[in-house]
Amino acid sequence: MLTKRIIPCLDVKDGRVVKGVQFVSLRDAGDPVELATFYNEQGADELVFLDISATHEGRETMEDVVRQTAATLSIPFTVGGGIRTLEDMKRMLRAGADKVSLNSAALQNPEIIEEGARYFGSQCIVVAIDAKWSEQDNTWMVFTHGGRNRLDVEAVAWAKQAVALGAGELLVTSMDSDGEKKGFDLELMKAIRKEVNVPIIASGGAGNAEHFYTVLENADADAALAASIFHYKETSVEEVKSYLKNKGVSIR
Amino acid sequence: MKVGIVDYGMGNLFSVEQAVKRLGYEVIVSSEIEQLKQADAFILPGVGAFADAIGCLEKTGLNHFVYEIAEQQKPLLGICLGMQLLFEDSEENGFFKGLGIFKGTIRRFDDEKVRVPHMGWNNLTFTPNWQEPKELVDYYVYFVHSYYGVDLAPEQLVAYAEYEGIRVPGIVQKGNVTGMQFHPEKSGTCGMTLLKNWLQQVEGETQS
Repeated sequence: MLTKRIIPCLDVKDGRVVKGVQFVSLRDAGDPVELATFYNEQGADELVFLDISATHEGRETMEDVVRQTAATLSIPFTVGGGIRTLEDMKRMLRAGADKVSLNSAALQNPEIIEEGARYFGSQCIVVAIDAKWSEQDNTWMVFTHGGRNRLDVEAVAWAKQAVALGAGELLVTSMDSDGEKKGFDLELMKAIRKEVNVPIIASGGAGNAEHFYTVLENADADAALAASIFHYKETSVEEVKSYLKNKGVSIR
Repeated sequence: MKVGIVDYGMGNLFSVEQAVKRLGYEVIVSSEIEQLKQADAFILPGVGAFADAIGCLEKTGLNHFVYEIAEQQKPLLGICLGMQLLFEDSEENGFFKGLGIFKGTIRRFDDEKVRVPHMGWNNLTFTPNWQEPKELVDYYVYFVHSYYGVDLAPEQLVAYAEYEGIRVPGIVQKGNVTGMQFHPEKSGTCGMTLLKNWLQQVEGETQS
């Protein structure tokens, strides 16, 4: 039986993990490979690296991070951030990433999803959607730049279009829930779940183990992603997974 | 023992190469038949579309090389799309002939019935056709695919995973040729154990 996935997300800037990861047990908590190894040992089902480097050099460093991770670990991982072209995708996939995640590049040029899916297969094209509820529109709208820029694009419609173009998975982040630690945005996840048939990774709002249970069971997400609660040790991947297992969720 | 990874231009070879190296084996990654011939065992990887992959194999002449390996009873492991290529044919984007080493067809999961791709960790059940490795501590392996093998020869099926009532072939074997639908190189302890087991088995055979 296919299991639900728990995915820690690492923000990487110029080859270093940022957002103040606190692990006394690690020699170098800023080293993405060391942190990835730690999460692997904790039972993480997958990892997401989000490259937030602003420079060309920073992004080149990301390729090394990917290569070292693939050389060290045998679990799947996705790389997002700064991937704009087929060439960018190819570099990351060749370096050992299993999937690439497209966000603003896909919004600017949706054909990139189609091209990526054709060359590399849908299974390695993830489309990341940052959505926020809009009272004015009475639906969720797509945002970019960490929730600062509102686009004139409805999130659910964009999810459908992305899948039609060949996205093999969606990484859906609720900008309303993100950082609040009050739980995932179930309504958003359900609204997208109803319209697409690819796996969905829910993101934004994880505060405790029960939040994972709710989004995986009640909103039927296939995977749930979190960053700070794992990094700041508010809970651990191990704890979340054993909680879910006890509740009868199919977990590795 | 040297392991040759057949590079026909499709997919992520780096992770497979690194996994085999971590297990202590020498690796030759090449698209050149002469270079590959120095290897004792072979891995046919692959990510992408069936037709593109068959096209690449034919264009490079590596399809003949793969047949040759199988005929000479040299060990061959197809992974993911690399396994699918070893079946008779595929219905991915049309109808395409495969290499025909395994009996069966590659067909798309029914979008109406299940979520496609079949993506994530699923557990393997072994059939009586194979002695499962004793050192396995769990059976979870990482799958990521939208097409799967149907109409197999029952005696060629070694292990399968259940996906919403569908039996997804996980490991197939015929003589010296093995196929794994999941990615052993991305499947944690279980995947590495299965890969190690295959390598040790073929190492034993190449030495005897």
